[in-house]
Amino acid sequence: MASRTPFDDDGSSAAGDPLRPSDHVDGVPVDDATVTQPRLNLLGYLRFFWRQLTSMRTALILLLLLALGAVPGSLVPQRSSDPNGVVAYQANNPDTFKVLDSLGLFSTFTSPWFSAIYLLLFVSLVGCIIPRLKHHLDALRAKPPKTPARLERLVGFSSVTTTTDAATAIAEARSLLKRQGYRVADYEHSVSAERGYLRETGNLIFHIALVGILLTVGVFGSFGYTGQRILVQGEAFTNVISDYDSYEPGRFATENSLQPFQVRLDAFHPKYAAQSNGTWAAEDFAADLSTRVPGGAWTSQTLKVNAPVEIGGTQVYLLGNGFAPVVTVKDPTGSVVYSGPVAFLSQDNNLTSTGVIKVPDGLAKQVAFQGFFCPTPVITTTGCQSISPYLSTDAKALPVLQLSVFTGDLGLDKGAAVNQYSLNEDKLTKIAGFRTAVPGLDLHVGESADLPDGLGSIEFTGIKRFVSVDIHHDPTPMYALLFALLILGGLLLSLFVPRRRVWIKAIPGAGTKPTRIEYAGLARGEDPTLARAVAELAQRHQQHLDGLTDTADHSGGERRMTS
Amino acid sequence: MTPATLAAYSVVAVYSAMAVYVLAFAAFALDLSKRSAIAQASSPTRATAAGAKAPAPLSRATSGSAGAAKGTTTVLDKAAPPAVPTSSLAGQASRFQRTAYALVIVGWVVHVAALVLRGLAEGRVPWSDLYGFVVTGTGIMVGVFVVIQVWRDLRFLGAYIMAVVVLLLGLASVNFYVPVEPLNPALQSAWLVIHVFVATLGTGFFAVGGGLSIAQLLQTRREAGGLTRVPFLATFPASEVLENIAYRVIVVGFAFWTFTLMAGAIWAERAWGRYWGWDTKEVWTFIIWVVFAGYIHARATRGWRGSRSAWLAIIGFAAVMFNFTIVNLFFKGLHAYTGL
Repeated sequence: MASRTPFDDDGSSAAGDPLRPSDHVDGVPVDDATVTQPRLNLLGYLRFFWRQLTSMRTALILLLLLALGAVPGSLVPQRSSDPNGVVAYQANNPDTFKVLDSLGLFSTFTSPWFSAIYLLLFVSLVGCIIPRLKHHLDALRAKPPKTPARLERLVGFSSVTTTTDAATAIAEARSLLKRQGYRVADYEHSVSAERGYLRETGNLIFHIALVGILLTVGVFGSFGYTGQRILVQGEAFTNVISDYDSYEPGRFATENSLQPFQVRLDAFHPKYAAQSNGTWAAEDFAADLSTRVPGGAWTSQTLKVNAPVEIGGTQVYLLGNGFAPVVTVKDPTGSVVYSGPVAFLSQDNNLTSTGVIKVPDGLAKQVAFQGFFCPTPVITTTGCQSISPYLSTDAKALPVLQLSVFTGDLGLDKGAAVNQYSLNEDKLTKIAGFRTAVPGLDLHVGESADLPDGLGSIEFTGIKRFVSVDIHHDPTPMYALLFALLILGGLLLSLFVPRRRVWIKAIPGAGTKPTRIEYAGLARGEDPTLARAVAELAQRHQQHLDGLTDTADHSGGERRMTS
Repeated sequence: MTPATLAAYSVVAVYSAMAVYVLAFAAFALDLSKRSAIAQASSPTRATAAGAKAPAPLSRATSGSAGAAKGTTTVLDKAAPPAVPTSSLAGQASRFQRTAYALVIVGWVVHVAALVLRGLAEGRVPWSDLYGFVVTGTGIMVGVFVVIQVWRDLRFLGAYIMAVVVLLLGLASVNFYVPVEPLNPALQSAWLVIHVFVATLGTGFFAVGGGLSIAQLLQTRREAGGLTRVPFLATFPASEVLENIAYRVIVVGFAFWTFTLMAGAIWAERAWGRYWGWDTKEVWTFIIWVVFAGYIHARATRGWRGSRSAWLAIIGFAAVMFNFTIVNLFFKGLHAYTGL
């Protein structure tokens, strides 16, 4: 890194300086022109590249590349945050999609080129931190450097003469500087003082904590998992992989990562406000949950949008909600072949919802129902439309379930995963509903209808609420928070603590001549208030000296003065 | 009063504040032309010396002959005053500038009243939709501009600040206005108060820093012999002084921005179950943070001080503006709270 001499021209020794790359403004420039370049062997080249990588300029350019590289991540939908957007983009622009996808732009932040930028940046950072850390630990134990021979050229230089003798003036200077938090060292007729080591400490903490965040997210984040589940009122979820609707483990997560617990939805309380334009805006969602861990009793907890429920280091978040009509399907003899609530997913703010009911066994053929549920319906030609998210109690517009009926192959027999909320109509025949000879089924609670072809009957027996929850286990947030606080603290120290040196030198006068005192300072890094600080220090020191002699006058004792 | 009435009064207050700000802008512009006249009048002897705050005088009574019985100190060599913050031409504030600044204060009081009324109408902090956010953000910008004058006289930036604020307020009033609505459940959190408020504070400092950096770039060109048709620049501080002030303002903004990013991550962890997910708004907050981190490093890199780092500060502020307008309106993401 920076080539240094033990004593710079300005009198600062290498031991006290924050170590800087050679192209730092406070570093010592290496004049390439005057250096005859030796032929480099492999080691030489490696050293050359290492020095390039850890230079300020490279770090700066990598930082700017990082900012630039992140831009496409906001322009193009990302697989991580908006998978549906990516699918839509592919459908709408198949040609550009191919080009952009080959550049990795749909997963910018895990793409090789983005990873290369930040990995290089962090290698450069580590290459900078390690020598600086060692250097700073040495500096913390070192004395402030020797007083420069000539102070005139330094910041805030001023000088005075005093009748106080040099030794007293220096002793006074030392105690004054110590009181102001300087670390001091005596040299011949002078005090050398330095303060603000916390600036470099903060700087190192900031940069080390950045590496800490990267490692926390990159390594420990992989031990976590996330999963989604739709939870119907009264239903209990057990935290095992098979009980999730969708489950994404981190790279290092195993089945044992799942803490055993159960969650049950007891009730759901939404609150909406009517808007002037006739729509409804959500005001509050609260889900009453019961949770239990093995061996424990059920305990009640409330889940809200900004208030996840935590069970055994795992968080449960409220994502969505809706209605789950309860239906019972019977065969022609009247025995039940299917019964239970089915979550219908909401399509708008007023909870016009759509859903699918699949009955693979028990009837003469495999049967599926697809349709709408509206809590406060207005009936249109294509189906119902809800005009309020609340369940209607108006006898003229009771909640309605509108179903079309299909028969055929539901595709459930091969064991392959099938989306339970959609229907693949390829191998199905619509036997009732829109565009068939048989009208669809319109059911209110308590009503039942016979299925076409004498297949059996379906009854709409009740309405339950459901919530969709996101279940996360992430071991990192506490560590990430710790590092984030270190980053913030380190940043504040490194930006706002001034690192400075000051010197007070006393030159004894020959014979009866007065002592000459000089003051000067030197900034280590940004220090816009140095000159004022040195001036104030000089003023205070002189007041102290004057005070000393005044006291001596009053006591009538021997005067401290130049011999 | 009903919320609707309060909201209506708030709108009136916003338009009134804009009108006062426009007057302040005009007065600042007159001040600049006055400065031009002064600069041209005194151009042959371009003053560089100080109206600087010199350190307190160190004078001591000289006690006659050295070695006298009474101990005294005598000043031989006083420290040069710390870097020259303003040229002597800027020393006397013109009548226009005093008027303009008084108008800024009046406008700001009305502006704050508008925010209080909007807050009362909504029964919460007034920055939960894009309209309220921009009205708050500009209010903070003016607030930072006013408070910063206590530390250092930056009134010469008045025309710039007023222009930015009036444009943003106009954009908000015409294009972003939404009536008072209940608060989206996702926003019902104490972090709405902290995260968003600190973000606007950071923006206020970045705005002032951006203005100083623009002034710095212009001043650098003038110092190199260019821009002779913008004579008022001669009454501005030297480019190096502008650069140092800009740096000190921007690092404060950077500290606030760092906090914004962290508070946002904590909130995201509570609300969405992850503290970082590269949502579009998160991406832009990150980009801005990295650009200003680059700015701070540029200040410490040989060959990047001066104009190059000033450009980074301007790009950073432009990115902040982009983030709060274009990204909010046109980019898809989880931060969909414009209310539009």
